[in-house]
Amino acid sequence: MGLEIINTLILLLLVVAALVALRVKDLITASVVFGVYSFLMCLLWAEMGAVDVAFTEATVGAGISTVVLVATIFNLKRKSSD
Amino acid sequence: MFEDGLIFLNELFLERLNYVIYVVLLLIGLHAMIAKNNFIKKLIGMSIFQTAIILFYVSIGVKEGATIPIYLPEHDPHGEQAYATGGPEALTVEQVTSYANPLPHVLMLTAIVVGVATLGLALALCQKIYQGYGTVEEDELMAKLEKEDASSRKPKTHPAGKSSSKPEVSSRAKRSGTNSVGKTTAPQAKKSSGARKTKAPVKKATRKSDQKKGDSK
Amino acid sequence: MKNTSLIPVVLVGFLLFYASTDFPEWGDPQSPASSSPVSSHFIAKTGVDTEVPNMVTAVLADYRGFDTMLETVVVFIAGMAVLAILRNFSRKKPVKRGHEVSVEPDLIVTNTVRLVVPVIQIFSFYVLAHGHVSPGGGFQGGVLMGASFILIALSWDLERALTRFPINRCMVVAALGILLYAGIGVLSMALGGEFLDYAELEKVLPVSREMARYHAMLGVEIGVGFTVTAIMFALYANLSSRGRLEGGL
Repeated sequence: MGLEIINTLILLLLVVAALVALRVKDLITASVVFGVYSFLMCLLWAEMGAVDVAFTEATVGAGISTVVLVATIFNLKRKSSD
Repeated sequence: MFEDGLIFLNELFLERLNYVIYVVLLLIGLHAMIAKNNFIKKLIGMSIFQTAIILFYVSIGVKEGATIPIYLPEHDPHGEQAYATGGPEALTVEQVTSYANPLPHVLMLTAIVVGVATLGLALALCQKIYQGYGTVEEDELMAKLEKEDASSRKPKTHPAGKSSSKPEVSSRAKRSGTNSVGKTTAPQAKKSSGARKTKAPVKKATRKSDQKKGDSK
Repeated sequence: MKNTSLIPVVLVGFLLFYASTDFPEWGDPQSPASSSPVSSHFIAKTGVDTEVPNMVTAVLADYRGFDTMLETVVVFIAGMAVLAILRNFSRKKPVKRGHEVSVEPDLIVTNTVRLVVPVIQIFSFYVLAHGHVSPGGGFQGGVLMGASFILIALSWDLERALTRFPINRCMVVAALGILLYAGIGVLSMALGGEFLDYAELEKVLPVSREMARYHAMLGVEIGVGFTVTAIMFALYANLSSRGRLEGGL
């Protein structure tokens, strides 16, 4: 039962994080929130028993892709129109 | 009818919340890819779409009460049990159901790494677009492209109108017109970078003059 | 534009919600995905066939070796494409951006990174080599290794990281990884088996057929790790400097 509560909580937080990442007009904030989203995804997969996938997501999704996004946004405009 | 719907909703939201959330995330990503104006936002939407599909794959591989797909000590091929029986043995059907399904995990593990590589490629293209046009907003980019298109069409129509009796010349003019499409992008980019360059010194100069004024006062 | 974009979204959403009622019960062991003979074979026979406790690694590097090799090639091609797109061959002086300031890197940050980077690198080797018995493997180890170089580039500047790992060597290492992977496949072919049939390596390794697969998987994972390390660092180096490969973020 405890796992189910965690599962439900993470799933709802995922939707919130996805919406916030796409709503925010500051792109740096958006990419950091996207990192949070990836980390929540990683927690969810660890909870579902997919430890290898969770490890990969923690290193790649929450680590490299956030850094690469921020590195690109520094070379572009930081503000987004929507 | 109403009770049926209630049971359906109950089943959907309590027992299959994973499936519901995967659909919701997929729709969020899809909507962002179509409707967002900024290319970076589109790419974040694409990544959300990707993770939604991975969530679906991992969800269908889950087994109730199963452990992670790594052998427990009693099934470990290098464990004590294996040494006692002279080598590892194949698992029975009941033992198989006690491990989660490893196949979706493998498929998705490579998908994540390839996903970040493609994200990097898309970001490189975004940077190249920004270098050429100075924007990564879809509507501004379309406006600039249309303006460029109009300006490249003008020199093409002028010689064609004058020498309509000579088809060869007009075809040459067309060629030069198409060539000028590539040429026009470079000066514009230079202009924009030049404008950026000149802005900073102007600001500095005004600041200096302000300081001088302050000094003189 | 915004309203018309809702039409495909609503359509796809309706279809997927409608389909989700047909999905198997949550966590059902008898669901088609879990009861398929392929995945039950992987769970039941991995220990006998390869003696690797982590089934994911065994399936990744052995049973589905072709898939992983070509996924690695995809990562390699993506890295090459980023280099080709952003590479700036003109030797112009870089335009200084507004937010760039030339100051010494922060003492606390650099000293922390000095302490942390060796730990990350050793951990990445552990993850790579221990992928057979615990979560991990070539992809994760490679990404961690690449992240350690990215950390150097973030805390000092890109030149400092590039003196440790020049971009030319990056590409050589990336190609070397795929060569190592394909080389193990070709070697097992030369020894009489099929491409990526590691069991044939028992003829050159002093171990049994199962342990030959076990050790060949390690070699393959090292190849994947090489490629992923190099490409992850090359991605960051090119994207953070617009292909000029100099200056900090």
